[in-house]
Amino acid sequence: MIEVSCRLVRPRFVLDASFRAPNGCVAMFGPSGSGKSTIVRLLAGLERPERGRIVIGGRTLVDTEARIDVPVHKRRVGLVFQDGQLLPHLSVRQNLEYGRSFAPRDARVLPFDAVVNLLGIGHLLKARPATLSGGERQRVSIGRALLAAPRLLVMDEPLASLDSARKLEILPFVERLRDELALPIVYVSHAVEEVARLANTVVRMSEGRVIAEGTPSEVIGASVRDAGDAPFPRLSFISAKVVREQPEFSVAILSHPAGEIVLPGSTSRAGDTVRIAIAATNVALATEKPRGLSVRTRLQGCIRRIEDSAGPSVHVTVELTGGDRIVASLTRLAVADLGLTEGRDVFALVKAVAIDENAIANLKREPAAP
Amino acid sequence: MWSLTPEELVAIKLSLRVASVATLASLPFGIAVAYILSRGRFRGKMLLDGLVYMPLVLPPVVTGYVLLILFGRRGPLGALLEDTFGIVLSFRWTGAALAAAVMSFPLMVRAIRLAMDAIDRRSEEAAATLGASPAWVFLTVTLPLALPGIVAGAMLGFAKALGEFGATITFVSNIPGETQTIPAAIYTYTQTPGGDEGAFRLSVIAVLIAFGALIASEVLSRRTTRRRAGLA
Repeated sequence: MIEVSCRLVRPRFVLDASFRAPNGCVAMFGPSGSGKSTIVRLLAGLERPERGRIVIGGRTLVDTEARIDVPVHKRRVGLVFQDGQLLPHLSVRQNLEYGRSFAPRDARVLPFDAVVNLLGIGHLLKARPATLSGGERQRVSIGRALLAAPRLLVMDEPLASLDSARKLEILPFVERLRDELALPIVYVSHAVEEVARLANTVVRMSEGRVIAEGTPSEVIGASVRDAGDAPFPRLSFISAKVVREQPEFSVAILSHPAGEIVLPGSTSRAGDTVRIAIAATNVALATEKPRGLSVRTRLQGCIRRIEDSAGPSVHVTVELTGGDRIVASLTRLAVADLGLTEGRDVFALVKAVAIDENAIANLKREPAAP
Repeated sequence: MWSLTPEELVAIKLSLRVASVATLASLPFGIAVAYILSRGRFRGKMLLDGLVYMPLVLPPVVTGYVLLILFGRRGPLGALLEDTFGIVLSFRWTGAALAAAVMSFPLMVRAIRLAMDAIDRRSEEAAATLGASPAWVFLTVTLPLALPGIVAGAMLGFAKALGEFGATITFVSNIPGETQTIPAAIYTYTQTPGGDEGAFRLSVIAVLIAFGALIASEVLSRRTTRRRAGLA
């Protein structure tokens, strides 16, 4: 359980935020200046709240009423800074080992070599931070935080400086930390795909306040009407099981009550249960089953809501067979031409290539057959 | 013309000893005060700031006179030092070292403080989040990152201590073999008929030592800066 409730007043900024989240990954999402980074600093102990409480996994780090304030170096909150913040006078190896000596012996569960290999930084151990690229620095920073055996991992835009290929390697790694080590993670990001993939709980912030908290689909999903001051693509979350792989096409096929879903990439295995996030702009609707169309994913459903809009586009929510909801962003013209109304049966068409691989969350992998 | 007299050699050796002791003894205090001024947030910080830089703006004679009042044998601090530790400063080379240390302190502190101000505070924060206590952060992050400034400050202080004259002569007088440093010896020569040659010789020596100290400081601090920046 991650429990935060803090008030902090700065000359031009007031933070008054509280949220509770079960263990797992909490994603903090919101525009810059909304207080995400301040919460990161509060968690690490680099800022003190005027009033508040922070409890992580039953351990009270801050309680202003009880006059508890665990000092930074005793919190064991592994912080991955936005720009790495490696110690410039130490080599990469020394940076990685810096926090290790402070961690209790029995807490050092991650072997040094395993972390180094996983992050692909073995060839950099002798290098100085100044000679590294942004992405390399970020990976070393993640490794350094992990090797200090933290009880909570806090990542502030950790993948912002990484390219897409490297993200695809690191995101599963973060998932494994979350699942296998049961390491609670607070993840700050602008990237809705990363949030969608990693988070069990999403906390949306605006102007120093929490404006929404809940599961990804509750906070950034199909039914969220108001994007507010943090415009993000409307996402629909769909969980389904991989029924077969087609490696010759680098795709996997998901089975869903409303139809089959084609998933790009080759990281999913038959038997996996995955959660995908589909942006509303990548969904089209058809009133009858289309023929001669390249789009393979055709999901049956029924229009539940057509939102009012004065602009060129509207959001149309479709309830799929089986209960999941998917949102399509259509032009008002299309809605009028097709005569779409609430209650109408339709097919939701999703282009597989538009599904962001970074947003595919692997919920459950079945053990391989013996 | 170029052979040094025994008295001049004594003055040179004494100067080097006085300046070395002054620098080494004041360096820990210099680092501590620089750290407090750079990182501390407390009432009276401006007062401390002013106090440290005072010798830079006061007439050296006044500084020497204050030292004489405080550390003279009958001065409050002088009597205390003599009674408890048996240390006598007035009219001894140790007093010359104290005067040199006080006079060079502002330069030393300034160089170190600037180096500490330039350190990215987030490096220290990162170390703390990794489990380093404040003392460890100071020893393993702040101190190494400030090293170029510390080297520069020490060398600057050393050069300044070598040249100290006004406060020294006021506090510990001008006793050959005990408190007569190079500047005092030069002064004595200029007051003596036929002393021009000696004054010239010692001046050249003073220029060489001071210049050498500055070059050494520059080289050392460049080398450490390169290493600290992670390029070597």
